[in-house]
Amino acid sequence: MALINKESVKKKMGSRIAANNFAKFLFILATSFSLLVLGVLLFRILDEGLPYLSLDFITSFASRLPERAGIWAALVGTIWIMTVTAPVSFILGVGTAIYLEEYAKKNAFTKFVQINIANLAGVPSIVFGLLGLTIFVRLAGLGSSVLAGGLTMSLLILPVIVVASQEAIRTVPKEIREASFGMGATKWQTIRRIVFPAALPGILTGTILALSRAVGETAPLLVVGALAYVAFVPENLLSSFTVLPIQLYNWTSRPQEDFHMLAASGIIILMIILLIMNSIAVYIRNKFHKRF
Amino acid sequence: MTTDKKNQNSIRAMIKENKSRRSQSAVMEKVVPKFFMICAVISIFTTLGIVFTLLTETFTFFSRVSIVEFFTNTHWFPFTADDNADYGILALVMGTLTVTAIAMVVAIPVGLAAAIYLSEYASAKTRKFIKPILEVLAGIPTIVYGFFALTFVTPVLDSIIPGGISIFNALSPGIVVGIMIIPMIASLSEDAMNAVPNSMREGAMALGATRFEVAMKVVLPAALSGVIASFVLGISRAIGETMIVTIAGGSRPTADINITESIQTMTAYIVQVSQGDTGYGTTIYYSIYAVGMTLFVFTLIMNLLAQFISRKFREEY
Amino acid sequence: MDITINKKSVQKGKEEQEVTPVFNINNLNLWYGQDHALKDIKFDIPEKQVTAIIGPSGCGKSTFIKTLNRMVEMVPIVRMSGEIIYRDKNIFDPKYGVEELRTQVGMVFQKPNPFPKSIYDNVAYGPRIHGIKNKKVLDEVVEKSLRGAAIWDEVKDRLNENAFGLSGGQQQRLCIARCLAIEPDVILMDEPTSALDPISTLKVEELVQELKKEYSIVIVTHNMQQAARISDRTAFFLNGEVVEYTDTSTLFSNPSDKRTEDYITGRFG
Repeated sequence: MALINKESVKKKMGSRIAANNFAKFLFILATSFSLLVLGVLLFRILDEGLPYLSLDFITSFASRLPERAGIWAALVGTIWIMTVTAPVSFILGVGTAIYLEEYAKKNAFTKFVQINIANLAGVPSIVFGLLGLTIFVRLAGLGSSVLAGGLTMSLLILPVIVVASQEAIRTVPKEIREASFGMGATKWQTIRRIVFPAALPGILTGTILALSRAVGETAPLLVVGALAYVAFVPENLLSSFTVLPIQLYNWTSRPQEDFHMLAASGIIILMIILLIMNSIAVYIRNKFHKRF
Repeated sequence: MTTDKKNQNSIRAMIKENKSRRSQSAVMEKVVPKFFMICAVISIFTTLGIVFTLLTETFTFFSRVSIVEFFTNTHWFPFTADDNADYGILALVMGTLTVTAIAMVVAIPVGLAAAIYLSEYASAKTRKFIKPILEVLAGIPTIVYGFFALTFVTPVLDSIIPGGISIFNALSPGIVVGIMIIPMIASLSEDAMNAVPNSMREGAMALGATRFEVAMKVVLPAALSGVIASFVLGISRAIGETMIVTIAGGSRPTADINITESIQTMTAYIVQVSQGDTGYGTTIYYSIYAVGMTLFVFTLIMNLLAQFISRKFREEY
Repeated sequence: MDITINKKSVQKGKEEQEVTPVFNINNLNLWYGQDHALKDIKFDIPEKQVTAIIGPSGCGKSTFIKTLNRMVEMVPIVRMSGEIIYRDKNIFDPKYGVEELRTQVGMVFQKPNPFPKSIYDNVAYGPRIHGIKNKKVLDEVVEKSLRGAAIWDEVKDRLNENAFGLSGGQQQRLCIARCLAIEPDVILMDEPTSALDPISTLKVEELVQELKKEYSIVIVTHNMQQAARISDRTAFFLNGEVVEYTDTSTLFSNPSDKRTEDYITGRFG
């Protein structure tokens, strides 16, 4: 006497397969939903933004009149912020990663630094704004300047760069370190001439992706005190400034439809900048993928 | 051969000679690690700076506003004469939690379904096509999502919801925050499911289980800790999200839950004050730190919880 | 073939007294944590000869060769006692820098490990880190080292290509060239042919024969035939001890220890 009734198993098979197919349909539907949203979002932005997009739009300052308004001050402001953020976050991030991977002993302090970085990555960006407001704007007396904003952004993206750099350094095989040490190279020589160049593509990819995140960030700079309406470009590190996302926020939060279209035009520019940065990152990643 | 010989002598000699001038590089060997250690310490100082900043300014705030009022009052209405001002954080917390809840209703089912599809059903080719799209979605700045919420999602909702919807409301930013979080939940959950060894799948399939049964009864339970951790991280992201809720949520703090009406989240309040002409040293100025502190505690708990879940319940394969 | 090598080795054996040692190892002990990996090692390594170290896996032969240039210290839990005298200097003397030692005592590793750089830069790496920047000198060193490693003719037209494009056997000879570029006194080889095909192995073995005119060579091998073919003296390691150390011909034809005999006749290992 069979313990399993083959007939009933067979009978149930049909509905089980139907359930599988139905579930698969739902899963595909959910995945397509993301694609659909992306499509709609891009279409809306292009549809609203293209009419205002022109060379004048890029080279004009903000204005009360939508037809004369442009993003020049915001664009230049973003570049200024990046000239502070890129080197500071790169040096701090890569330095931290090299320390953790190459020099640090596996002790409690190292573990603490590692956990700390993981948690920093989860702190909301606006809280970094509050940090920047207190430390850089008030305590250090930098005011709501390019320098204060750039330093705040550096700390914000620091954890991302550290983690990406650590991963890149870890992919450098220990055999080639040994080869270097075996020839009488010192630790620093080995890091500078072998480990760092070998890890550089990964480090650069991570850094560019982190910087592209900084380019799109709004909240911390709002808190630090970036201006919403600027009709000038920064002259030095202590000038006040605005950045692209803040200009877009300003336009978006106005009731007039025309300003929304301006915002859409600005979003196109912002997305093109991010697209370029991401393409460079992906290019570097693919070009140097899996060399070891 | 003679030149070779001479050369050989010279290389060894040159190395020896250079060695005597090595003091400079010896200094580098000592200085460089110290410099890198300082870099690492700066990340700790950043955390300390955040905690120190929030704590000191929050203390100043509580020297002016009763801590009991802060936690029990259900009204948040600071922009008035000092005597009439209400500082009840609950109104802002409710705004934040409403948006977060809506976001999770969108992000968890869609994100998880996408993860299951990518990990259990999709061919390598499909995956190669969909993953970059999810990466693009994850890389879109929140200001763009905010614009999308205000100028597209809200009007659409207004036309399909009977009785309409306010221009500023909780529903629209909630949905869009959810959309923003989908890629994060999808990719973290997929990672967790990919970590489940194939032998477990094959075992179940060999018994005649369908893919759906394998996904639900074998893979998902095995990857559960990672999947739940991704939900918790998603919640943390939603709580800390700023621009979408600032643009589309409005600035009317309320402890009542009505998703079609204007609300204010903790993050949106901080932006509102930063945008205004509030002077340094006023109670309102300090209030953003008290709100920031509350926000920080919320997200910190969520992040630690996520780490705890993924560490504690990590499956050993 | 075996007979001629043996004859040569016998001749070398006669000269033994006149050969100066490059390394004197005295009472060397080494532990990995609690694991006693090398026990009271005591022997001399002669100049300009090939010394082979054989033994079953896990006998400590790789650990031993790595103590000679102190690479073994890269494992954090390692502890050592005893002394290794390299040309009248104790290599564990704190005043004797580990970088200086490794400049004199080069190493070729088990797996070819070229740097992810051009062939030229791989070979020029050693001279460069030791402060030689003159382009003309570097060019000469690169050519001479590549010739010395018998790979010049294969790579001379593509010196600027990435070393990863070479075959495994070529990579290993490039690593030998890289090692020769700083003109070490001793070359340590840690199973240099274990990852190579038979033809590449033969080339490396021929190269070793050539190199011993200029260099003292210590080679670890798991392959007894290889030891018999290329070495002048052979040490047999077992469980962290030197069981027997003598002329290669003697060791293989007339071992004095029962365990050596068991090993070379293939009873274990």
